[in-house]
Amino acid sequence: MSGLTPSQTVGPYFRLGLDWPDAWRLATATTPGVPLTLVGRVLDGDGLPVSDALLELWQADAAGHYPSPGAQGFSGLGRCGVDATGAFRFLTVKPGAVATPDGGLQAPHLNLVVMARGLLTHLYTRVYFPGDEAAQDADPVLACVPPARRATLLARPDGDVHRFDIHLQGEHETVFFAL
Amino acid sequence: MQRVFAPLPDGVYPANDTPAYRSSARRAPREPAVLAPHTASETLGPRPGAERLVAGLGDLTRPAGARGEALGQRLLVHGRVTDERGRPERRALVEVWQANAAGRYLHDGDRHDAPLDPNFTGRGAVLTDDDGRYEFLTIEPGVYPWGNHHNAWRPRHIHFSLFGAAWATRLVTQMYFPGDPTLPFDPIFMGIADVAARERLVSHFDLERTQPDYALAFRFDIVLRGALDTPWEAPA
Repeated sequence: MSGLTPSQTVGPYFRLGLDWPDAWRLATATTPGVPLTLVGRVLDGDGLPVSDALLELWQADAAGHYPSPGAQGFSGLGRCGVDATGAFRFLTVKPGAVATPDGGLQAPHLNLVVMARGLLTHLYTRVYFPGDEAAQDADPVLACVPPARRATLLARPDGDVHRFDIHLQGEHETVFFAL
Repeated sequence: MQRVFAPLPDGVYPANDTPAYRSSARRAPREPAVLAPHTASETLGPRPGAERLVAGLGDLTRPAGARGEALGQRLLVHGRVTDERGRPERRALVEVWQANAAGRYLHDGDRHDAPLDPNFTGRGAVLTDDDGRYEFLTIEPGVYPWGNHHNAWRPRHIHFSLFGAAWATRLVTQMYFPGDPTLPFDPIFMGIADVAARERLVSHFDLERTQPDYALAFRFDIVLRGALDTPWEAPA
């Protein structure tokens, strides 16, 4: 008997309640770390843009530590509603490697929540980065993902930014996690 | 693999693949969600706080800048936010949004032919206190039609968003009202397979908190997932 409160969809009108106009920008010029701009689109099973999705980002700082509640400075939390083309953008710093419960290290990653009209329960995914292959080979979460699907969790460099498209469905469906 | 939160019971969180909810058809993932260890990424979480509150967001009946008071039956909505082990979620951000008394959202995408109320935005945000309690004053939202199927109506509801103690406890949900005749015909509400869990989204009329000559009161308690004291080993 858990008594858990069930989830319901965020619906099409979430901007009314959840819009944080500044929250796509997590880092300022003085935030320690390597600047990272993450861009992408949310796409449905037909490859069409999902124009009413909301993304939230939670990440460690450049040293691999999650900010403590109430700490000043880098909050580690971002929020961005997509535009009419399904596009989003976060301006942040690349996270460091986060410790695992058994004393190892996870590969640097961003945690994302995807909410949208049509999703009764939000989706969890992660964003990993090219160049961290050795760390990714030892990452205990990636180890649970079928090898053929791991590429869906990898951002790809695109000029000055990193691109990460989220496919809710279809041939390139993004891996989502059961937390 | 090490897990820190108990497994979600079947049927409590609605499956995304719910054909009666038409918008899910091309958006619900087809692959099963991947089970992985709970790490610091999942067991810690963001704690947005007072910086996300704007003055007056606990009283939706008199939004900042409005010349008068919102139309509709005044309601005090209150409740307690705990985790599944009964521990209060202290200083947790609760964000709410809703349609006005005529069933119309202050949103460009809402084409329902019902009037907007110049004195109602439908947005609120509050923090829970040290016992997990929250409250806000609003007006009763209207039922409104939507395009899911012929003659489809959304029951009266208030959207809720909650940040608990961990990334894994994030919750977005909707509060409904007792006795709403449209509830059994709503595929979003009925998408929750577990009947008892579904009923937990229906608030309770609270005579004791009703404010005489002023406002009705409804109670809506919220239970988030909670970390176990001892991590356990789930089969890989």
